[in-house]
Amino acid sequence: MNIKHKQMHFSDLEQSHDDWQQKYSAQIGNDRTIENRSGIEIKPLYSPLDWSNESYAEDMGFPGKEPFTRGIYPTMHRGRTWTQRQLIGLGRPQDYNKRVLSLLKAGASAISLIPCNSGFRGIDCDEVPVPLLGTCGTVINTTDHMTNSLKDVSYENISTALNDPSPFTLFAFLLAAAKRRGVSIDKISGTSNQSDYISHCVANHMFFRLSLSGGRRVLMDHIEYCAKHVPKWNPVSVVGQHMQQAGATPAEAMAFTLSTAIQYAEDCIERGMDPDDFLPRFTFFFDISISFFEEIAKFRAGRKIWARITRDRFGAKNPRSWRFKFHGQTSGADLTMQQPLNNIARVGVQAMAGIFGGLQSLHTDSYDEAITTPSEETAKIAIATQNILREEAHLCDVIDPLGGSYYVESLTNQMEEEIIAIIDRIDNAGGMYAAVEAGIVQRDIGLSAMGFQDKIESGEQSLVGVNCYQGDDSWASPPPYRPDTDKMQKFVDDFINFKSNRDQANVDTALDNLARAANSSDQNTFEKVVAAAEAEVTHGEIIACLRRELGTGVPVIIA
Amino acid sequence: MTNNNLKYPPRVLVTKIGLDGHDRGSRIVAAYLRDAGMEVIYTPPWQEINAVVNLALQEDIDVIGLSSLATDHLIAPDLMIALRDAGLDHIKVIVGGIVPANEHGMLEDAGISKIFEPGALREDIVESVATLAANARSSRRDFEEASL
Repeated sequence: MNIKHKQMHFSDLEQSHDDWQQKYSAQIGNDRTIENRSGIEIKPLYSPLDWSNESYAEDMGFPGKEPFTRGIYPTMHRGRTWTQRQLIGLGRPQDYNKRVLSLLKAGASAISLIPCNSGFRGIDCDEVPVPLLGTCGTVINTTDHMTNSLKDVSYENISTALNDPSPFTLFAFLLAAAKRRGVSIDKISGTSNQSDYISHCVANHMFFRLSLSGGRRVLMDHIEYCAKHVPKWNPVSVVGQHMQQAGATPAEAMAFTLSTAIQYAEDCIERGMDPDDFLPRFTFFFDISISFFEEIAKFRAGRKIWARITRDRFGAKNPRSWRFKFHGQTSGADLTMQQPLNNIARVGVQAMAGIFGGLQSLHTDSYDEAITTPSEETAKIAIATQNILREEAHLCDVIDPLGGSYYVESLTNQMEEEIIAIIDRIDNAGGMYAAVEAGIVQRDIGLSAMGFQDKIESGEQSLVGVNCYQGDDSWASPPPYRPDTDKMQKFVDDFINFKSNRDQANVDTALDNLARAANSSDQNTFEKVVAAAEAEVTHGEIIACLRRELGTGVPVIIA
Repeated sequence: MTNNNLKYPPRVLVTKIGLDGHDRGSRIVAAYLRDAGMEVIYTPPWQEINAVVNLALQEDIDVIGLSSLATDHLIAPDLMIALRDAGLDHIKVIVGGIVPANEHGMLEDAGISKIFEPGALREDIVESVATLAANARSSRRDFEEASL
């Protein structure tokens, strides 16, 4: 069949568009104004009047090349699909180990480790009420605990994401455990997730252990150490996820994250590091909300902006420095405690947004995650969701499949403008560190959280099962995960015994060395953290020492 | 705000005990109560139970709102015991956040007045806190008269 395409002239196009517009307005009556979460007005229809192929080279280009809109690698998911990295953390090290081995069998290709909330707070298990231990993460306080949690897991062949910011004790335990097993640490690969101390200060306050300035110091030491000794490790993951979970709009979350990355890059440069030495190891971590097209546009825009910042602002010459590598997590803030099985559908849509957004690594939430630490069964459904999207739905067959959509291209450009405007505002406030000290970012996030809550309250934003379609909500809630308190008590008793049987002189020396390094600008604190881990110093002891020397983190609360 | 004929607005402490730091919910609830004309004392997360008791005493609190998103409600009964030991039985305590259904009974048995789950409505929260504050004031009058 021979179809002839008739070339439409621009003036014809405008005329046709006006004709449609009139019919549309006549039929729809009182059209409502629709804005996405970032406050961008969404039109009922997009056409070449909003985005035309003439801008192809400038706006899109080809994957693996500037402006990187279509992806950071030439092959993207067709070559290598995203890493399936499920967050895992529960109970004692042996409980974690059992879960990890089962998920690796189910298809997970990398692992992550979430510590117990006591670990987040920087304290050991013997300082915490036993019922709180292990409910939301694994208790890892020593190199022995790390060894047990990774029993039968290959250190070299699996990339490990540790939720572990300053002073990076879990990473230090991992390095110490690797050395004990005879594995050379330059073979260890993975990421220090949550290494972004700024995000913890402004948003969820979970890993807010040291003062802002202390966090800054130890992060720089960590980056330097990794560049020298653990080259396959990504020492920095800049986190937009916390801010978006705390209420930031997608545009704000992207902008604040890029501003944070700018801050870290500037700090590294001030330390005398070459941008092409550290930028290739910067990674990002984002929330993927259910605002489908907005998220896709957010990621496409973020890739473009980061490439320009690294090249033009920091003068990076290595193309690897320009690549915006990110992990996405489907947003827990969109999940509901009511009618929990509906969350499987939500996660599917969120995951698709992340995949079309071109992510490198993905965590899909389990449907019970609004209520509890996932069970093994619900975690497997979350992994299956990824397998279904990849292999049944064939979402990896085409690179950037929504590229060229008038709507997606136009929205990508609008999100880009919005994100750049926010980055400029943070620059004018003296950079991210200064803006956070002044509470500017916290206030913006709080206002956006309130604005979104108002929309849920007014019904402008539907939440199925919560503010509409409530039904009788007779759905069974999955039982929450609670570790056995007797076993946990025994674990704490063992830990106390372990401490009293250590070589105390070694412990004291390691802590002295750490305190001295913290007070001397020409020593590397993280090197001393690793030495402390090898000397059987505990997580809580390392952090208590650094809190004494560098100050404790206290959030600036802007209600 | 519901009219409970209080001489001064309800005084509410919005806080988090335990280990979690997520504060999106507690900030929103604090703003709801503040906008309804209540006096809200807001703390950073991770408060020790003793610190909450001292603050409640010093600030003459009627209602304590605990936010729990990551199992910290499991130690709420310890707060109830500490309040009782400090002679602050009149203070009403509510919990908001993620409290699995099978743990409601444990909190109610410990004396928690009300549990608000995600999706709770602003007007229900405000009205409930106003009523509880009025109850706290009247039970406190009884307590003061009895101790005279």
